[in-house]
This record gives sequence, structure tokens and C-alpha cells, in this order.
Amino acid sequence: MNSSSPNPRAGTEPPTAGSSEAIKVQIQGLSFFYGNHQVLRSVSMDVPALKVTALIGPSGCGKTTLLRCMNRMHDLYPGNRYVGRIVVQPDGTDIIAPEVDPIQVRMRFGMVFQKPNPFPKSIYENVAYGLRLQGVNQRKELDEKVEKALREAALWDEAKSRLHQMAHNLSGGQQQRLCIARAIATDPDVVLFDEPTSALDPIATSKIEELIVELKKRVTVMIVTHNLQQAGRISDMTAFMYLGELIEFGETNRMFTNPAKPQTEDYISGRFG
Amino acid sequence: MPCDGGSIVRPKSFYHAQEKRARHRRLIDRAFRWLGMILTVTTLGVLGVLLLNLAMNGLGRIDWNFLTSFPSRRAGEAGILSAWVGTLLLMVVTASAAIPFGVAAGIYLEEYAPKNRMTDFVEINISNLAGVPSILYGLMALGLFVYQFRFGQSLLAGGLALACLVLPIVIVATRESLRTIPSSIREAAFALGATRWQAVWHHLLPYSTGGISTGVILAMSRAIGESAPLITIGALTFIAFLPPAPLIAHAPFVSGEWLFSPFTALPIQMFNWVSRPGEEFQSNAAAAGLILMVITLSMNAAAILLRKRAQRNITW
Amino acid sequence: MASFPPSPSRRVDKMVEELMVWVLRAGGWASVLVTFGIVVTLVKESWPFFEAVPFGRLLTDTMWTPLFSEPQYGIGALLAGTLVTTIVALLVAIPLGTILAIYLSEFADAKFRDWVKPMLELLSAVPTVVYGYFALLTLTPLLQKIYPDLSQFSMLSAGMIMGIMIVPYVTSLGEDSMRSVPMLLREGAYALGDGKLGVAVRVVFPGAFSGLAAAYVLAISRAVGETMIVAIAAGLQPRMTINPLESAATVTAFIVQVSLGDLPHGSIGYQSIFAAGAVLFLMTLGFNLAGHALRRRFHRAT
Repeated sequence: MNSSSPNPRAGTEPPTAGSSEAIKVQIQGLSFFYGNHQVLRSVSMDVPALKVTALIGPSGCGKTTLLRCMNRMHDLYPGNRYVGRIVVQPDGTDIIAPEVDPIQVRMRFGMVFQKPNPFPKSIYENVAYGLRLQGVNQRKELDEKVEKALREAALWDEAKSRLHQMAHNLSGGQQQRLCIARAIATDPDVVLFDEPTSALDPIATSKIEELIVELKKRVTVMIVTHNLQQAGRISDMTAFMYLGELIEFGETNRMFTNPAKPQTEDYISGRFG
Repeated sequence: MPCDGGSIVRPKSFYHAQEKRARHRRLIDRAFRWLGMILTVTTLGVLGVLLLNLAMNGLGRIDWNFLTSFPSRRAGEAGILSAWVGTLLLMVVTASAAIPFGVAAGIYLEEYAPKNRMTDFVEINISNLAGVPSILYGLMALGLFVYQFRFGQSLLAGGLALACLVLPIVIVATRESLRTIPSSIREAAFALGATRWQAVWHHLLPYSTGGISTGVILAMSRAIGESAPLITIGALTFIAFLPPAPLIAHAPFVSGEWLFSPFTALPIQMFNWVSRPGEEFQSNAAAAGLILMVITLSMNAAAILLRKRAQRNITW
Repeated sequence: MASFPPSPSRRVDKMVEELMVWVLRAGGWASVLVTFGIVVTLVKESWPFFEAVPFGRLLTDTMWTPLFSEPQYGIGALLAGTLVTTIVALLVAIPLGTILAIYLSEFADAKFRDWVKPMLELLSAVPTVVYGYFALLTLTPLLQKIYPDLSQFSMLSAGMIMGIMIVPYVTSLGEDSMRSVPMLLREGAYALGDGKLGVAVRVVFPGAFSGLAAAYVLAISRAVGETMIVAIAAGLQPRMTINPLESAATVTAFIVQVSLGDLPHGSIGYQSIFAAGAVLFLMTLGFNLAGHALRRRFHRAT
């Protein structure tokens, strides 16, 4: 397996530009079941590091299920069963192995949800929460990291004067950027976006999109989207899923101009979905 | 007059009948509206009459002496000192048992319990428990706490009986206010690597304190007014002394001796006075009743206000 | 290679998590323990009573005097008191509660309702000993002006006040269930030209029926188990009568009456109140379970 990741990058160091060809996550023969219902059918794909990978497909195709496998969110609900492997590089950990602690997985995979879901706490506390969970307690270190995360989420200028006000006073777009800041504050390896703009207006959406493109300099991004234009605008790689299977996976440009599979072409040209 | 040139031409009487029927319905609706209004006011009026009645008969009896005297054979000298101290201490016992167990049970059922037959059983059990007559808690306390555990006819036995009685109220309030927190908040915490307990302790509990405290206040107000279970454990006796003080002069400075002291409480004192002949004792009863009413009604009002504020403050 | 390096703080979190699961589960089981405590105590302490008293005499005796030297065990005498006071209470609470529920759900405007509902709920927050006082010293004298031969302790007066006390149970649950009947059903009837009351009676009432039935059943359970009002205002003498103008003890009042005296552990008086309690528990258990089932069915339907 290691042949596909030629870059033995040191553990938690932020990745450098040189590693951009590396594979970050290898999904190998991943099937997922809810009770007796099989939602994912033997999905295999290599998610490149420091790129934006979009998951597209009609509703119910399993793209959100796949995304939520990546940080073991399914473990919170009864009746889940994983088959296959999800290997994170560079250390080669299979994050769905039963002996792996899902909480440690979630500390390395940040997640941003469909609707902005800030905690009813202050802006500062929202961003600091993940850091506190990981044992950061020094006021100075917290201040620095909160500021850094808010800057990276392009929210610092709007929020710096009211860090200790309730997050719910922010607008919807600002709240979603706050959720992004919250997710990246702990320096995760991968950030998972689950249709992050579906509840936002077009202006807020374009801000989030810019942000995601900016983010890939530093972290690997996976994004589920219903919006094909969005996938085209921001992603480097696109995976098309249908009925729980991965139909096609490749560079976004090629997928959108010259899809290899007829189902992909039908979906992209708007014939179904 | 039919207003379109359609093919069906109806006699005038048809529209007449329709109009009559419609007018009839409007009349009935208006009559019912009045009936509902009058009955609402009348029903609430009972509460007003009740308060007025207690105030007229009892207000004159309430003075410093009434609050600081022990019960007495002479109605004019009798007071409620041992009764209100007893009620206060009972509530300390009740709250310290019912709140932790009730909140824990609520959290467990709402956030942890797997969906299975066992959980179903616990839920049916709680909903039944909420409907068990209060006097049966008294019988349980008599058999179990007073005799089996040898607590005697004490504050501990009485307080625990009341705690069991209000436990379902605290559980249900906890569950309901946890249920108003959207699951996206839980997922946000979990996605950052929180354990279930961290999600509860850092988020769910702080966000539901309003609802839980509403439930706790209602539970305590219910417990304050209860007399049947206390009578059953044998608390209706002549108590002209106070329990030993919980704070003492020598180390370790706190004493649990009061827990095993016999006691009386406000509603029991009132029952005692109601069942005695003579107008003087009855005005004592009215005075005690007035104090009880003021306590329970203001606790309920506080709970209502708290609930309204909690609803206004957090919008998800 | 296979796993992340375990972090020391994570180990502490894990331990706390496991500990808390146990603590919280203990809270959940505490409620089961209470039921268990009630059932076991009732069975254990009433066992000698039911062993000593032939079952037939419970049914055939016409008086309930287990403490007399020549005891009679006709539990019917207690059940009659409970039955009559409960019926009187329901005759007040069900019509009144239902009308208020219809009015608040279908006619009153939202602001009025938000204000009145909590006020009505105060009625069930009044300490029952205060209600007993009110029934005995205010309502009974008032009723005596209408029926001069009403006795000082009467099931009528106690039952009526008990009815007022349970009105909020009926109204609150009833109104909730009526309001959760979908608007679409109402609109169907309005579109046919029905009036508000017609819609309420013909569409909303049947639509919310299992919710209302749950409210009624829970109201019955309350009335059967209510103690202080009847103990104060309906009298403490067991009497086989169905005349609400008379005084008679209920099952609950009997327990109070015996508890007022000296009650040595294991005496016949002690055993008899547990026997009465066991009967009371069985009755209310039946109503509570039925109410729970009805409410569940209603929640599933909407």
C-alpha cells in the first residue's frame, strides 16, 4: 500500500507544497451497512493530499454516507457496520479498524455541516472548543490559535471586536465561516464539508467557496455537493456516485468535459438527478 | 339570483336555506365562544375565590408570633415554627435526592439508552410512576424507610418519600429540555472529538438548564404541598421542638443528626388544624393555607417565567 | 502501524466517559427501583392480611371494619366511596375540561391561550390540603343552602373540588392533542362550509380522540388516587352507599384514617392499610397503563 504514498512526511507537521502529489486517504473496498441495508458498495478511491475532492451524485447515492465514514460519525448511531479499509497516510492507519478510537479519528478529520451549527456560546468559545478538547488550556496559546483560525476562515476582521458575543448574532454566512474556523482551529489533516452552502444565499456561498480553495494550501478537503457548478468551480478531483457505488473518479476538468461512463455523462448533462 | 349563466338554475329557496344555515352556524359559534370564555373565567375564578377566602380568614392570624411559635393547644398562641422549619429541611432532603437522580436518569434515557425493550420498560415505568397516587409513596416509605431501613418517622424518611414522588417530574423535564436541542449541536461536538459525556457536560446540560430548573421548581412546589405521604409515615404528631441544628460548635462542624429527627410540615400542620372543631383553629388553618398557597403559586409563577425566558433566549 | 498513538488525556476522558455511563444508568434504574420498592412493600406487608382474610368475605361483607373486634372485610364499602367521589369529579372535570380544551384550541387567540393555559395549570398546583379545607369549610356550607340535608362531610362537595383540581389535566393534554390535528383536515371541513364548532366537534374531536381519551383516563387515575380532599371533606367512615350527599370513606381516606392513630408494625391496622394500598395500586396501574398506551398511539398517529 505504501507504494502509492511515496512521501513519508513527518507526523503532525503542516504539509508543504512539495507533498501535493501525495495520497492522503486511501479508501479500499469500503462497504457500509445500516442494519441489513447496504448503503455503500465496495468503494475504492485515493484522495489526494492538499486538493479539493468533490463527491457528487443524485440524492441517496451514498455520498454523505461516505463522507461520514471518514470521521466515523456513523459510530454514534446503532446498527452501523463497516467493511474494507480507509487508510490515512502518512502513518498508514486504517481508521475504520475496530481498535481505532473514533474520537481520535474525529480529532484529525474536521467536519463542516449542511446548516451552520455554532454552539450557543461566544464566537471565541466556539473556535476554542476543539482546542480545549485536545488539551490546549493556556490562555495565550488559545488566543493565538483562535485568531489564526478566524483569519483563515476570513472572519477575523468581522469578529475581532466581538469575540465574546454570542455566535448566534452572526449572519448565516458568518456562522458557517465560524464553523469552518472551529473545524480548522485544531489543525486537522482533512476537512470534510457536507453541502456547506446549501442553506446560504449566493453571496455567502461564493465567500465559502473562495475559502475552501484557499484552505487547500494547508489541508486536504473533501466536499459533498448537490451543486455541479460548485464542484466544477472549486474541486480538483470529482467522484461521481450512484446507488452506493463509485461510478467514476478523476480530475474534475476531465470528468466534466469528457466523462468515461455513460451514467456520469447523463448526470452531468442534467439528464437525471 | 344565480350569478352565472350556468346550466343549473336553482330556486331562490335553495339559497335561502343556505343562508339560514350559515347564519345558524355563526350563531352557534358565537354562543360557544361566550360559553368558553365564561367557563374559563369561572374556572380561574375558583382560584381567586380560594385565595380570597384564605386571605379573609387567615390574613389576620399571620404575624411574627405565628411564624415563631410552636403549635399549641390554645389556638390563639399556636404558630408554625416547627412546621416551616420542617418543610424547609424536608425540601433539602428531597432536592438533594431527586435532582441528581432525576437529571441523571433524564440524561441517560435521552442521550445514552439504546432503543430496546429494556428502555421501553423503563419509559413505561416512569410514565406509570408519574401517575401513582402520592399516598402509595407514603406506604412504601412506611414499610421500607421507616421500618426496613430503620430511619424511623424522620425527616430522612419523609424527604426520601417526597423525592421518589417527584422523581418522574424531574426526569420528564430533563428529557424534554434535552429534546429541544437539535441533533446538529450534538454532531458538532462529536465531530470535534468530544466524548458523549463531554457533549453532555459542555453543551447539552448548559443549554438545557432553563428547562431543567423549571422542572425542578415545579417538582419542589409539588413536594411542598404534599401531605398524604407524610401522614402515612406517621408524621402527624405534636411537635413542639426543632430538629437538632445541622451546624455544630465542634469538629466536624456539620451533623446529620437532624435527618433522624421527628418532624412536622406546613401542610400537615394545616390538616391538623382543619380537622379540629372551632373557628379559631380554622383561621389558623387558613393562615397556614395562605402561606402554603403563596409559596407554591409563586414557585409556579417563577417556573412559568423561567420557561418563557428560556424559550426566548435560545433560538436554534 | 495500525493505530494512533494513545494520548494520556484521551485515556482520562475515556475513563470519565465509562464512569459516567454507569452513574447515569444508575439514575435511570433508580426510577425502576422506586416502582420495585412500592410493589414489593405493598405485597410483602399486605400478604398476612390477604392470607388471613378469606377472599369471599372481601366481596360479600357489607362493611369494612378490619380493626374491630368482630371485623368485617367488605372492601366494597371503600370502593363505593372511591367510585362515587371519582364519578362526581369526572362529571365536573370531563365536560368542563373538554369545553375549555376546545375553546382554547379552536376559538381563543394565541395570546389569550398562552396566558390562560399556565393560569389553569395553577389549579393543579394548589396543595390538596388547601382544597380539602375549601371543600369542607366553604363549598359544603354553600351546598347545604341548596340541599339542607347534606351532611357536614359529603362526597358531593369533595368530588366537585376534586373535579376542579383535575380540570387542567384534561384541558392541557386535550388541548395539545387537538392542536396537533393537522390544519388540512380542518380546512377540508371549512371548505364544505362548516362552522367552527362543527369543525371542532366533527373533525378535531375525533381526530384527537385517543389523545383526549388518554387525558380522561389519566384524570380517572388522579381522582381514584386523590387523598387529602376526600379525607378532609368526604369523611372517614367507610359506608356502603352510592348517595353523593352522604359521607363515606374512600380507599385513600381509610389509609389516612388508620395512619392518624398509633400504628405498630405488623398490627392488623398496619396490614390493612397495605391491603387497601395494594388495591389502589392495581386500579391506578390499570388506568396509567391504558393512558400511556393511548398517548403513544396518538403520538404515532400524528
